Amino acid sequence: MDTDDDFLSAMSSEDDMLPEDDSENEDMSGVEDFGFDDEPDPDIDMHKEIGAKKRVAYDVSFKVYQPGDIQKQQDDLIDEVNMILDISKEEAAILLRHFRWNKERLIEDYMDRPGKVLDAAGLSRSAAGPPKMETIPGFTCDICCEDGPGLQSFAIKCGHRYCVDCYRHYLSQKIREEGEAARIQCPSEGCSLIIDARSLDILVTPELTERYHELLNRTYVEDKETLKWCPAPDCQNAIECGVKKKDLDRVVPTVSCLCGHRFCFGCILNDHQPAPCELVKKWLKKCADDSETANWISANTKECPKCNSTIEKNGGCNHMTCRKCKHEFCWMCMGLWSEHGTAWYSCNRYEEKSGTEARDAQARSRVSLERYLHYYNRYANHEQSARLDKDIYVKTEKKMVQLQKESGMSWIEVQYLNSASQALQTCRQTLMWTYAFAFYLARNNLTEIFEDNQKDLEMAVEALSAMFEKPVTELADPKLKVEIMDKTSYCNRRRVILLEDTAMNLAEGRWTFNVELTGSGANGGPSTRR
Amino acid sequence: MASQKRIAKELAECTSSPPQGMTIKLPNDSDIHKWHVTLEGPEGTVYAGGKFGIIVSLPTDYPFKAPSITFSTRIYHPNVTNDSLGNICLGLLKPENWKPSSRLSSVLEAVRALLVEPQPDDPLEARIADEYRQDRKEFDKNARSYVQRYAKGPVKFESGGGESGGGSTSNTGGGGN
Ligand SMILES: [Zn+2]
Ligand SMILES: [Zn+2]
Ligand SMILES: [Zn+2]
Ligand SMILES: [Zn+2]
Ligand SMILES: [Zn+2]
Ligand SMILES: [Zn+2]
Repeated sequence: MDTDDDFLSAMSSEDDMLPEDDSENEDMSGVEDFGFDDEPDPDIDMHKEIGAKKRVAYDVSFKVYQPGDIQKQQDDLIDEVNMILDISKEEAAILLRHFRWNKERLIEDYMDRPGKVLDAAGLSRSAAGPPKMETIPGFTCDICCEDGPGLQSFAIKCGHRYCVDCYRHYLSQKIREEGEAARIQCPSEGCSLIIDARSLDILVTPELTERYHELLNRTYVEDKETLKWCPAPDCQNAIECGVKKKDLDRVVPTVSCLCGHRFCFGCILNDHQPAPCELVKKWLKKCADDSETANWISANTKECPKCNSTIEKNGGCNHMTCRKCKHEFCWMCMGLWSEHGTAWYSCNRYEEKSGTEARDAQARSRVSLERYLHYYNRYANHEQSARLDKDIYVKTEKKMVQLQKESGMSWIEVQYLNSASQALQTCRQTLMWTYAFAFYLARNNLTEIFEDNQKDLEMAVEALSAMFEKPVTELADPKLKVEIMDKTSYCNRRRVILLEDTAMNLAEGRWTFNVELTGSGANGGPSTRR
Repeated sequence: MASQKRIAKELAECTSSPPQGMTIKLPNDSDIHKWHVTLEGPEGTVYAGGKFGIIVSLPTDYPFKAPSITFSTRIYHPNVTNDSLGNICLGLLKPENWKPSSRLSSVLEAVRALLVEPQPDDPLEARIADEYRQDRKEFDKNARSYVQRYAKGPVKFESGGGESGGGSTSNTGGGGN
């Protein structure tokens, strides 16, 4: 179950045929099974970790937790503190939340000055019996001013007593409307005593208890730097990863949830390898700021460079053939396709203009815009192509079902198309970010290797994309099927090679960027959800 | 409704022994959720001699939700919006601080205390707060001129002077005498 195995073997075409569970991310197979013990070493050295486990450079250790796991972790910690400090579980829970689940610090501080710790966490020191509902003669509720005989009332340790209805109303408002759970105080003005879990269990209705525990779980995840919610809508899982904020200039911590969503643990955005979080943030901001300048590029139509007739792009493939004059050209650079097929000449590389051209400010700004557009064009294009590839896949799939009915092919046999589609999506996403990465990359002796890797991946992806656009009748040809399967695994392999190279150099600080990386660029997306 | 009894009790207490310098009336006897409070500018402050209208609105969920308090008389103050809305910043009224056992009398006392001692570190009007800290003379002058202009004569309770405010924090320059 471990990932020590050479995972390039996991990329062979046989594996691409594995049904379902593996098709999502071949390159990540088994990664979820590898992770931390319950309590990760706070000073885990990720470089050492990578070395020790012989992991590929761009992989980070992470673990996916489902709601039940999250609950169990809290319960275990609570039990432990309950035993060590000889306090009730309710109090242990409150103290742990107060200390943001830092068990060691809690125990240390508590041993030192228990009174101070209890006060600070809103736990009073007097140890009366457990709270219960009571009917006290002559009692008037200070909130609703009711004083009828038989009025049930409740108070936590501080003795501030209110009728049960008011207490319930108060709690339901806090829990349901304000999303408050771990730190609900006594309803009395000026009293900061926190209402413990046992009192809540006595008071709240079952459906509220559920919400309450859900909120408590949330604070557990949100309080820990090593835990983050999977941002996929409706996903309840959390991911644990030891990569710290300060590491983000050296690693792009990409994690993958059981729900299939792959995202960056550093900034919660979708997988943006190989670009570090901070560059991603800068790039997205730049794109937003310059959107008007760049808009025309992502347009779906362009003119044929030879006959000027309008050409619409409706597939992901960038190899265009003009319907009218049959001119073959590259959608990205509008150059001759014939020159791409063999060498991909320098479609991916931006040729820096020599200094003489860029003397005056105006020329410099033109050059800088041109340079940006070169990268943006390719970035936006892969984003768009990924979408178009997917459309084609959906259409193809429909036709395939039709074909299967007619020809008697079994469903499993066309899974290769799904794998190919997945590979195209993943590789284009990587390619997209290679252009943002390249935009900020300052030339050094390593950039050429990077550009070659980028070029190789791009060529492979375009070739696969082109096969993909073949008519369904041709796709059913067993020979083409083998070709597509081979190309799919080749694409995945090229992606791994590119990511390994970029991640390794990033980890060792060998890239130079033309902007400064402070290492605190990603202040984590919205990690608080309610 | 549980809140009726509580509000009636608070109203009775506040009308029989009102907080210092205040008179409390219901604009509509059948609606105990809306109170009109007239506050006399505390002696020894720049607001002395003025009478300020304060509108207290109690939400249906009172006292579980905090009341809303606005000045219907314009006032030059770091913690009150300098517009026709007269929104006020009171820590006590924030959801995280409000407790159902909190009393309106203490809220009103807190409003008065704010006139005695503005809190420029938690301002709604940053410019006025800066002026309060850095140029007290100018602040005093502006505040007094506002009193002259808006807080003399019969107290008005219809939401401020006209509908133009809309949450803007325009600087009206304070009379310029
Ligand atoms: Zn009550
Ligand atoms: Zn209390
Ligand atoms: Zn998920
Ligand atoms: Zn990121
Ligand atoms: Zn043409
Ligand atoms: Zn090209």
